[in-house]
Amino acid sequence: MNMPRFWREIQGRYNLIGSRCGNCGDYFFPKRDICPKCHRKSIGKMDAVKLGGSGKIVSYTVVHDAHPEYSDMKPYVMAIIELDEGVRLTSQIVDCSPEEVRTGMRVRATFRKLAEDGKEGVIFYGYKFRPE
Amino acid sequence: MRAGIVSYGAYIPRYRIKPEEIGKVWGEDGVARGKGLGIISKSVPSPDEDVITIAVEAARNALKRADIDPQDIGAIYSGSESHPYAVKPTSTVVAEAIMAAPDLTAADYEFACKAGTAALQNVLGLVESDMIKYGIAIGADTSQGAPGDPLEYSASAGGAAFLVGKEKVIARINGIYSYTTDTPDFWRREGQPYPSHGGRFTGEPAYFRHVMTAARKMMEKMGVGPEDYTHVVLHQPNGKFPRRAAKKLGFTDEQVETGLLTPRIGNTYSGAVPLGLSAVLDISKPGDRILAVSFGSGAGSDAFDIAVTDEMENFNRNAAPLISEMVENEVFIDYATYVKYRGKIRRKGD
Repeated sequence: MNMPRFWREIQGRYNLIGSRCGNCGDYFFPKRDICPKCHRKSIGKMDAVKLGGSGKIVSYTVVHDAHPEYSDMKPYVMAIIELDEGVRLTSQIVDCSPEEVRTGMRVRATFRKLAEDGKEGVIFYGYKFRPE
Repeated sequence: MRAGIVSYGAYIPRYRIKPEEIGKVWGEDGVARGKGLGIISKSVPSPDEDVITIAVEAARNALKRADIDPQDIGAIYSGSESHPYAVKPTSTVVAEAIMAAPDLTAADYEFACKAGTAALQNVLGLVESDMIKYGIAIGADTSQGAPGDPLEYSASAGGAAFLVGKEKVIARINGIYSYTTDTPDFWRREGQPYPSHGGRFTGEPAYFRHVMTAARKMMEKMGVGPEDYTHVVLHQPNGKFPRRAAKKLGFTDEQVETGLLTPRIGNTYSGAVPLGLSAVLDISKPGDRILAVSFGSGAGSDAFDIAVTDEMENFNRNAAPLISEMVENEVFIDYATYVKYRGKIRRKGD
């Protein structure tokens, strides 16, 4: 991962900072500058908000053919999570075996290592989700 | 001292390994080893956990129990001997992850297993002198033990964070005493993956001398005796040392029991006294008095005489997981999984 790009996204990845449209009230994650529904009416009204970090699993898959960074944890679960604010995002589900995961299961955000740029490179941190 | 603990939070990874699982690989009687150390299991971090993730979770748990603006935090100090970076602080990540950045000072501390209490002393000093309103001190480790070394039976992972301030103090610090000497009982040279130690030399001249002197001088300074404390929390490299030291000092088993976590989660190094103190605060009532004494190899001990205040009645300790809940939330793994999780397998490109 490109370091400056990750650095720009730290607030989103660490603290689930998204946006709320001041016009329609919808939440977005990651942050957006313009609401896709309200368009120019949302200009200047997209407020940065900290999402609560709790939600439920909408859909999930068990990964057996893992990315090299994640091979130590395979088989592991990747899920689409709907946060209580209505925002959806994709994340790994940790502290839970694939057999325990269910659609509709309540989860909450936790702080984990996402990846590292080799043994000498920078370590990237951010959200993953675990059973609530 | 008007500065005291306003809130606290902890984190213990959920994976565990038993001594018998380790012993069977190295041709040793693991059950006997565990019995000798007073350890029935130890915590193991998952591959995506390290001191930074543990420190962040602990600090967040401390903030869940406190009604403060993170922007009022003026200092974050994290003590550990397993910071993920040799150069680049753990504390800056914590500051950003609890939304305390950028108007604060942050630094990492290192003093073997007492780096967390050293951080706590420094935060107390800054708050007491009104240089900052609130500060966070963290002790956390994912300690290393070389494969086949006796340390492998005990070296574990976990940590706790203390929010220090002057308002709504749940645990007042009556006094502090530190005892420090140059005693090379345990060390890790720069760039080396595993620590070295003096075997039996880590006992009498190191652990017992420092912990017991610090405890005695703390009590002398306060003009009290063992009977004046509700709980005592001593550094706990294994389940035996703190019991023996406490007994020699005149404490009863009941005073030791609550703050002794090593038998279930192993030696969390810089996290040990902070976690033990958290376990005590989990059940404390106003009027309780606590003696906490850390030990860091190299060597030194920090003693804290702590009084639980009436504010504890209003404290929302259930806003974050209790130590007992984290201790019980365990998943046992085998030795092969353990070495994979701890990165002890040499792979292509390593």
